[in-house]
Amino acid sequence: MLDALRFITCGSVDDGKSTLIGRLLYESKQIFEDHYQELERASGKYGTQGKELDLALLVDGLQAEREQGITIDVAYRFFSTENRKFIVADTPGHEQYTRNMATGASTADLAVLLIDARKGLLTQTKRHSRIVSMLGVRHIVVAVNKMDMIGWDESAFNAIVTDIHALVENFGFASVQAIPMSALTGDNVAFHCEKAPWYTGPSLLEYLESVDVSKPEAFQPFRMPVQYVNRPNSEFRGYCGCVASGSINVGDSIRVVPGGAEAKVKSVVIWQGEQPTANTGDAVTITLDREVDVSRGQVLSSVDDPIEISDQFEASILCLSEQHLVPGRPYLIKLHTAQVGVTISNIKFKLDINQGSHLAASTLELNDIGEVTLYTNLPVAFESYKQCKTLGAFILIDRMTNETVAAGMINFALRRASNVHWQSVEINKAARATLKSQKPACIWFTGLSGSGKSTIANLLEKRLFVAGQHTYLLDGDNVRHGLNRDLGFTEADRVENIRRVAEVAKLMVDAGLIVIVSFISPFRAEREFARSLFQEGEFVEVFVDTPLTECEARDVKGLYAKARQGKIANFTGLSSPYEQPDSPEIQLNTLNCSPDQCVQTILSEVIKQQ
Amino acid sequence: MRSKQSQLEAQSIEIIREAVATSSNPVMMYSVGKDSSVMLHLARKAFWPAPPPFPLLHVDTTWKFREMIAFRDLMANESGMELRVHINHAAQKEGISPFVHGSERYTDRMKTEGLKQALDAGGYDLIFGGARRDEEKSRAKERIFSFRAPGHRWDPKAQRPELWNLYNTRINTGETIRVFPLSNWTEADIWQYIASENIPIVPLYFAAERPVVKRGDKWIMVDDERFPLNAGESPEMRLVRFRTLGCYPLTAAQESNADTLEKIIEETLAASSSEREGRLIDHDGAGSMERKKQEGYF
Repeated sequence: MLDALRFITCGSVDDGKSTLIGRLLYESKQIFEDHYQELERASGKYGTQGKELDLALLVDGLQAEREQGITIDVAYRFFSTENRKFIVADTPGHEQYTRNMATGASTADLAVLLIDARKGLLTQTKRHSRIVSMLGVRHIVVAVNKMDMIGWDESAFNAIVTDIHALVENFGFASVQAIPMSALTGDNVAFHCEKAPWYTGPSLLEYLESVDVSKPEAFQPFRMPVQYVNRPNSEFRGYCGCVASGSINVGDSIRVVPGGAEAKVKSVVIWQGEQPTANTGDAVTITLDREVDVSRGQVLSSVDDPIEISDQFEASILCLSEQHLVPGRPYLIKLHTAQVGVTISNIKFKLDINQGSHLAASTLELNDIGEVTLYTNLPVAFESYKQCKTLGAFILIDRMTNETVAAGMINFALRRASNVHWQSVEINKAARATLKSQKPACIWFTGLSGSGKSTIANLLEKRLFVAGQHTYLLDGDNVRHGLNRDLGFTEADRVENIRRVAEVAKLMVDAGLIVIVSFISPFRAEREFARSLFQEGEFVEVFVDTPLTECEARDVKGLYAKARQGKIANFTGLSSPYEQPDSPEIQLNTLNCSPDQCVQTILSEVIKQQ
Repeated sequence: MRSKQSQLEAQSIEIIREAVATSSNPVMMYSVGKDSSVMLHLARKAFWPAPPPFPLLHVDTTWKFREMIAFRDLMANESGMELRVHINHAAQKEGISPFVHGSERYTDRMKTEGLKQALDAGGYDLIFGGARRDEEKSRAKERIFSFRAPGHRWDPKAQRPELWNLYNTRINTGETIRVFPLSNWTEADIWQYIASENIPIVPLYFAAERPVVKRGDKWIMVDDERFPLNAGESPEMRLVRFRTLGCYPLTAAQESNADTLEKIIEETLAASSSEREGRLIDHDGAGSMERKKQEGYF
């Protein structure tokens, strides 16, 4: 018996994916009597097939799906024949649910791509075939469905097959099998269709039962990402994980990467015993012959062919979120068991789904596919996705909302981090601060245009100056005349604007100064990024909380009036969002307090910190 | 080539370890059934030689089979894990009973409400459950790491994408994650694994002579004196077993002579109805499981 086969059905909306899975379950006698009775009831209520059974309702398990007659989320179904067990993921066809389709595709060995014989290749057909190829699915079945609607026309079938071969020519599939069928009537699904004697190939079920999806294992060096350190008492210290590639024997040497410590495998512990070897796919606990520092996110690796590390990568990504992916914005990356900070430094291109051509882009939006460069804030162990899926696949997570915003695959590292060292300097921040007799800090003002940031910031600097403190004020308008004059007001440019200012403020704090930053800085993520550059207690976020109506009434620079007339695009508060801080160190209400009182509030907080 | 069973086992162990490594206060729901038995066994394997580093939680509706309670205490003792039992005492005082208040209201109070009370009281950020995707249509749609908004609500239309084995386990205060290590197991997989690993299960799964009465077209076991017999009705002894276990008034027995694991597996593979057919609550109206899940039920 062959290995269990994991496959997905994909393709455009209404091409018949759910009906096909319903048909496969039905034909392989996997429908229990009580489910069948329920199906008969539901077909009458929601069915789209008149008096006939609507097999799609077997799979569309959510109330909203049954009511709308569409698939929203991926469903996993299980069935088996005498020859094989199957796990099938039914994935949605609508573009807006592409991320759910990608979820199903990431663990599939094979994809059944449905095409409506009457419609031929649609945008979603192209998108889905591209995504399955990108995710490394190596085998596809092109199921030309609804052949009964066009009278089993051979030439129409052949035309679609020609089109699909042209489309997937460069996608690197190991096999492409086209089958004419009707999921509705079952022809060529489980049994051969008598209406199409011209087709002599296998039925879908015959093909799925026999297709060999095993991959020649060319890549075999030992790699095991450490998932969990098991330390129940001082006697036992085991490293738990699943072997991602290769195998290891008791007595073999391993290297811990990143880090580089080496040790020998003392034991491979399993339930109530030990085994001599750990092989690819095993979930084991490994103990070592000496004490080395190992934690989650590091990879136990063969010594002869150790895994590489880097902090800069080129990767293909699929955007999964309604939030745009913006270069410069800080995210978290989860790569095998490692989780570190990451930034997209550049979007190399966005893929045109229809043509396959490369488009320039400053952001990636929901369902966009693109190629990017990334840098992480710490070096991580990796392989290319092609070489090893487990060590080359990653997700990006938004730091504030915790949403999964993208899925990606490492193509290659841009440089080997091992060659890069920080220049160590002997005169340090502490020395410079001592000379100035002050504690360096970054006081970061955020708030709407016209909220009073500059007024308060100026007054604050005067007070500090008079008190003999060494300060510098970075003001939004002024910096945009020099350092950032190449930047506009799009979301991407605003992110870069703040990133540069935060870095400059960091250098100045390092120089021992008290830096006052006065920028609208509308996005939480960027303010959190700025905060992350400083040590605990160095960063004081001051939220100048003046309501929009009041700012607009003041309109010192006349900007609101212009924006209302449509003369300024992306104006914060009107046409671009302002995300309020959740827990700023200081919140100022300028309706009830004078600028003097506001400064007093800040000074008492800063003195408390000193 | 790895067998399907060892692949399933390794995947589940990986899931359990990942969940524990990325949470601060995990707990495992222990409902005493066969799936719980397998899940507990996998957890013990994942952390051997240490006991699993989290407690077991049982929401006791006070209407479980007596044999289940005895078995529960035995297994907690054997695994060396702490067992926490929660009862919705407010509902108990009101005398909520499946016989009097109907299955829907009873389940809502004793199970769903009791569960939420227990989870809130424990402050758990991650909760293991033994649900499988092959059980029911809305379960087939659920992620392995299933995100819950504050108040334990499940939004089936806004599930986190879950690619490869990369689980996004980050949450904010008040949010929780339910983790289903058995997502990709089928009923047959469970039984075959119980047989090959010698996993202890509640004797109610094996056929034996038991006192039952007929309600509708289903056999219900008279497990204690609270069972309201109709006038002239008396329990009869029949050779029955349970394919799934829950509260005794809501769990139908099936006539069977499968008194060994081999016979149970044979019967399971040949079954023409689903295991949840014996669960009375799944039939409270269309989409009932999805609705219960949205409200916080497992």
